[in-house]
Amino acid sequence: MSAPVPDVRMSPASAVGLVASREIGTRVKSKAYRVSTVIMLLLIVVGIVLIKLISGGNDADSTVGYTSATAPLAAPLKAGGQAVGEKIDTMQVADEAAGRAKLADGSIDALLTGDGKSVHVQVKKDLDGKFANVLRLLSQQVAVTEQVTALGGDPARFQAAIASAKFVEDPPLEEPYDYNGQQLVLGIVAGILIYMSLLLNGQSVAQGVVEEKTSRVVELLLSTIKPWQLMAGKVLGIGLVGLIQMVVIGAGGVIAGLATGVLTISVSAAVGTVVWLIVWYLLGFFMYSIVFAALGALVSRQEDVGGATMPALMLVMVGYIVGISVLPSDPGNTFAEVLSVIPVFSPTLMPMRLAMGGVPVWEAVVSVGLVVLMIPVLIWFAARIYRNAVMRTGAKVKLRDALRAA
Amino acid sequence: MTGLEIDGISKRYGDVVALREMTFDVRPGELFGFVGSNGAGKTTTMRIALGVLSADAGEVRYAGEPVTHETRRHIGYMPEERGLYPKMKVAEQLTYLARLHGMSAADARASAGRWTERLGVAARREDEVQKLSLGNQQRVQLAAALVHEPRILVLDEPFSGLDPVAVDVMSQVLKEKAADGVPVVFSSHQLDLVERLCDRVGIVRNGQMVAVGTVGELRSGGAVRLRVDAPEAGDGWADGLPGVKVLGRTGPVTELELGDGADDQAVLKAALATGPVREFAREQPSLTDLFRSVVTTEEVAA
Repeated sequence: MSAPVPDVRMSPASAVGLVASREIGTRVKSKAYRVSTVIMLLLIVVGIVLIKLISGGNDADSTVGYTSATAPLAAPLKAGGQAVGEKIDTMQVADEAAGRAKLADGSIDALLTGDGKSVHVQVKKDLDGKFANVLRLLSQQVAVTEQVTALGGDPARFQAAIASAKFVEDPPLEEPYDYNGQQLVLGIVAGILIYMSLLLNGQSVAQGVVEEKTSRVVELLLSTIKPWQLMAGKVLGIGLVGLIQMVVIGAGGVIAGLATGVLTISVSAAVGTVVWLIVWYLLGFFMYSIVFAALGALVSRQEDVGGATMPALMLVMVGYIVGISVLPSDPGNTFAEVLSVIPVFSPTLMPMRLAMGGVPVWEAVVSVGLVVLMIPVLIWFAARIYRNAVMRTGAKVKLRDALRAA
Repeated sequence: MTGLEIDGISKRYGDVVALREMTFDVRPGELFGFVGSNGAGKTTTMRIALGVLSADAGEVRYAGEPVTHETRRHIGYMPEERGLYPKMKVAEQLTYLARLHGMSAADARASAGRWTERLGVAARREDEVQKLSLGNQQRVQLAAALVHEPRILVLDEPFSGLDPVAVDVMSQVLKEKAADGVPVVFSSHQLDLVERLCDRVGIVRNGQMVAVGTVGELRSGGAVRLRVDAPEAGDGWADGLPGVKVLGRTGPVTELELGDGADDQAVLKAALATGPVREFAREQPSLTDLFRSVVTTEEVAA
């Protein structure tokens, strides 16, 4: 015994840190992780570029040709289009024959024919539904003008009077939130991202626990550090790895969206969405992965992980399914609103609602607060289950036994 | 100087008593062999010493002090159920385990290099553990127990699954560690190895230590046996000798056991009375015989 006793003291934090850095090291180095991150990033960027190509910038929805006889109809047609949200370009053609030629080669979508007294239209194949609506408006207008003239009135004054007629809206009892279509899409994307990363990273926590159990390395580890340190290190490590993935994908998506001009919401709103996404990913991940770690500790074989984590997975899925099926069509849905404040559902629902906008501040605060309060309780439960179950191999440990055993 | 003391450890799983007042000590610089049939409680004892399991009663002490989490980082442990991360590289894994035992990163790396070299797996440092043969995995497992330069060694079946060369390397390493003053306790079913290697042996049965001592002490404690080759002796030639029990006869050879107060010279005289005696030998029971007698006779009694 000549050598001095080496100092082997280790703070709980450095034990947790050591475990976490092993998780990060092995996962970040793994091919699966890198490939999946790159693929997800590519999917998002390619998706944004595709949206950009399909929506195709400033092109008109339809181009309409008119002859000199139908020229008076061109301006009202454009105005009518604007009223219903159809962008219509007009173009004068020499005569009907020339117009039909243009129709045939596709340089115009419709041709106004006839003498201009009533609305006649010709198309190559099918009359677009929206465009038909515009034409219906136009023909009604023509009919009204005719009648006004026949009754001896002045069509121009009539039109002016119609145009200036207004109704006055008294202030509404509740301020409605004007949902922006892009924010709805952002909300859906946020929901999918949170859901996928909870699913993937939560499962990998459970699998990591079982891996240590199956390979029996857990016995060696627990002879040096405490069970809660091992559990906390694993959850933190995998959580950080997932966070890196989330930040890369989220930031990549927003940057691509803003750069291509697909996202026209303000940069601050986009950044806000990403920040909320990260906050909720962290909250949701820690809440669920602690549960996943405890549930994983109950079984000894990878095949049993799915079954053991099913109850927790169901909660994640319920939140996500309610969100994805209800919110896009009805962002203010009361049922979803209530669920989004309840801790087990909030990690999937709240970020979707936050991205869509219109969430009262108190709801955002309460939902975060409840999860923050719930996490220590879960840690206590999970540490107990984990400690009691992680050394028992063989058959699945019953949850009740794991909670009871000292 | 006291080494590792296991003092009155009891443990029960429900109605099953795994350990009953298990008590023994391993002195610094001593190789202690821990033998017993399967399920006797060796693994449970070691797990409790490592703090992986908690005891219902009793205490584990090192150098007179109760073992704490800090002390346990000084223990080199080889669990019965071998365990390493299958997908982690050998060197990386050993470094990680050394660091968990409180070594600095640089020391841990150096030590991992040293032990892989010493145990003959240096060429496999950059391979995943699962790609190694079972024998090599076993060597890595031993390296994992040694990599943090432990001051106590607790090894559960360290020799199982090793080839003869590895057994020699392992024996050598254990002897060296003991020579450095490290208390070494290991369990094994290879009793010849235990007999050759250990300073002291403890035999466990049903969760209790039933015999502790040097191999010599244990042997002398057992009943003395005689082997007498008297070709012309008739059946029952030794009957009536006080304290002598005839165990059996094969051809001219009679096996006898001497109880308390029996006189071997009286046996010799009786044998000579029948005619020539070709062989008259006191037999030392081997550790295997001792083990068998301890385990089986008391099991019948119980």
